Amino acid sequence: MKTIRRPEDLDSLRKKAAGSLALREESDRQTDGQCTGLASGTGHIQILICGGTGCRASSSQLICSQFHEILEELHLEDRVDVITTGCFGFCEKGPVVKIIPDNTFYTQVSPDDAREIVTEHIVNGRKVERLLYTDPKTGLHVSDSKHMDFYRKQMRIALRNCGFIDPENIEEYIARDGYSALACCLSGKTPEEVIEEIKRSGLRGRGGGGFPTGRKWEFARKSPGDEKYVVCNADEGDPGAFMDRSIMEGDPNSIVEAMAICGYAIGASKGLVYIRAEYPLAIHRLKTAIGQAREYGFLGDDMLGSGFSFDIEIRYGAGAFVCGEETALIHSMEGCRGEPTMKPPFPAESGYLGKPTNVNNVETLANIPAILTRGAEWFSSIGTEKSKGTKVFALAGKINNVGLIEVPMGTTLREVIYEIGGGIKDGKKFKAVQTGGPSGGCLTEKHLDIPIDFDNLLAEGSMMGSGGMIVMDEDDCMVSVARFYLEFTVEESCGKCTPCRIGNKRLLETLDKITGGKGTEEDLKTLSVLGRVIKDTALCGLGQTSPNPVLSTLRHFHDEYVEHVRDHKCRARQCKALLTYSIDNKLCIGCHQCARNCPAEAIIGDVRKPHIINPQKCIRCGMCLARCKFKAISVS
Amino acid sequence: MSDTRLPCDIADKINEICQKHGDNPRELINILHEAQHILGYLPEEMQRMIAGRLGIPASKVYGVVTFYAFFTMTAKGKYPISVCMGTACYVRGSEKLLEEFKRVLGINVGETTPDGKFSLDCLRCVGACGLAPVVMIGDKVYGRMQPIDVKHILDSLE
Repeated sequence: MKTIRRPEDLDSLRKKAAGSLALREESDRQTDGQCTGLASGTGHIQILICGGTGCRASSSQLICSQFHEILEELHLEDRVDVITTGCFGFCEKGPVVKIIPDNTFYTQVSPDDAREIVTEHIVNGRKVERLLYTDPKTGLHVSDSKHMDFYRKQMRIALRNCGFIDPENIEEYIARDGYSALACCLSGKTPEEVIEEIKRSGLRGRGGGGFPTGRKWEFARKSPGDEKYVVCNADEGDPGAFMDRSIMEGDPNSIVEAMAICGYAIGASKGLVYIRAEYPLAIHRLKTAIGQAREYGFLGDDMLGSGFSFDIEIRYGAGAFVCGEETALIHSMEGCRGEPTMKPPFPAESGYLGKPTNVNNVETLANIPAILTRGAEWFSSIGTEKSKGTKVFALAGKINNVGLIEVPMGTTLREVIYEIGGGIKDGKKFKAVQTGGPSGGCLTEKHLDIPIDFDNLLAEGSMMGSGGMIVMDEDDCMVSVARFYLEFTVEESCGKCTPCRIGNKRLLETLDKITGGKGTEEDLKTLSVLGRVIKDTALCGLGQTSPNPVLSTLRHFHDEYVEHVRDHKCRARQCKALLTYSIDNKLCIGCHQCARNCPAEAIIGDVRKPHIINPQKCIRCGMCLARCKFKAISVS
Repeated sequence: MSDTRLPCDIADKINEICQKHGDNPRELINILHEAQHILGYLPEEMQRMIAGRLGIPASKVYGVVTFYAFFTMTAKGKYPISVCMGTACYVRGSEKLLEEFKRVLGINVGETTPDGKFSLDCLRCVGACGLAPVVMIGDKVYGRMQPIDVKHILDSLE
């Protein structure tokens, strides 16, 4: 492939590359894909297989090789393409396989299903009904993802290419208008015009804080410096959020393009991606994209004949949540402990190696090419007054449709949980939703109708964060949840400032006391006072937000805390120290299963006679409850 | 700290890695990533050697190693077990799962069984939240795990 030197060459390459995507784009526009099959005249078929981490964990790679093998065996490899894409988002139903042109969406496919899909669907045009998604409301099969509740309310900007293109093929990205925003900036816009466009779009940082991206770029542009840096923060540390990884795995070129645009806008010639070493697939795809972009001339010297030069290097993170904070991240890239420093000076003035540095999160960057291609007005027409565009959420927990979703800002929690998410698992009752990870808070039933945006979440004591959204049901104890997050923060605190290092430890000890059944009402006051002190006095974003899970649960679930300390009761039956296991002698038939499996030998009784549990010996592991087939064991 | 020396072949590899990164202290984290690859962990003497080569105090290397969760100073077992403690897995019961692993193996998080077969760790989100709770043993992901599955899986690895 020869390097592209002029924007016109990019146009002709796009037209050439569009061919392979035409089939997919056309079928995406169809509303009712008729299944025909090769036998009755369909010329060409494409099989898209999700190659995201979730689906790979359920052997999607094996499915892919099965397809290849079977197609070869039936001599169909010339008429059927097998393409591994990025994440489709519907992780609950993975591994996902999509057949083009009829847009059939197969769910929970196993390697053994590959043969049936080929012989039945691909050859004979008969859909494999048992692998179709069943709408839980109507009980009917839905074959096109457009008609699924999970996808209907979504709007994909940052995830526009995930699950659609082959992330390891730059030409497919180019065919989707890839690199045209970069070409347009380099050939026809001044850096100031680019920044102005981003400012007008109203894009705010998707990593947590929500700072206006255009203004950030402007600061970096105006800071004097012979050398400047663009940094992509891909150190996704929020446990339970995986949108940045999915974007890098599914559409790595969008990050490369956006970083180059940012470099042009602020006057930097070097970009660095700070990525978690625990993301091997994302690293591989990003490296592939960088390599291909260099080959095609989208990185390197004199890009597209404009005289502008830019290149990207990868730096590895090593598992420290605090490195999501800009200054800590920069120290980590310099080979030091990732400890934050006071701002100002901001990275835009003095960042990596003391030079002006602009740090943006992955999802923020993924929006940039789309904004520049379609215009700031288009982007700012989506969302709420102060939060424009869309937001990607990793929807997980006790919800029917776990997955990665992207919705316009202003969508309500109810729409996300009940329509897209399909409601609570096993028909249980909704209790709370946690947003913003360890820095965020819990929202309850009464918040379900507030439109999700940066400011609304903050006003309710939570925050947008990077977009983790964990749904909890009646079986979750909110004190334990707060304890879980605090345990995380204590472990991740860098130890530099006292409020975070010692204050959070004290908060955790108090929560341990409460969940251990030894709490007093005085402890609740301690939690609230200490929490506020840490919030006001900690050095960095991690410390300042770390008491949020405690303060928000204390605010919205005060009753539950009081029950723990006053009545020594945990209504969700999660706090072990407050539980008693017992056997109902009317239901117990004496099968001895519980006693055989009790690790503490706490259950005694003769065969065929009701058994009893010795509370002194019982370690409350719940093994007997899981083993009893006669529902004879109860917890109170 | 001990005075043990590294075997020659390992020392050679370390020298090679440091040289590749221009003996630049700024590359410390990248160097440690590659060094950890050699043995699966970063013993004290390896850290001392890197410090000497880069011309920085051993305390600085130790400071970095202990700061980041990814670096470890203990050898992993033949089957390294990592229980996902991401929030999605936590609310679907990963804590009970971890308890069960601890109980069956008789070790705590960060430890290795005396026979060197299993080591136990926690990790934060593998991104397979649809399969929660998730356990990784080596490179294999075990999804939708329940405490009663633990013994069975460990037995299958005997």
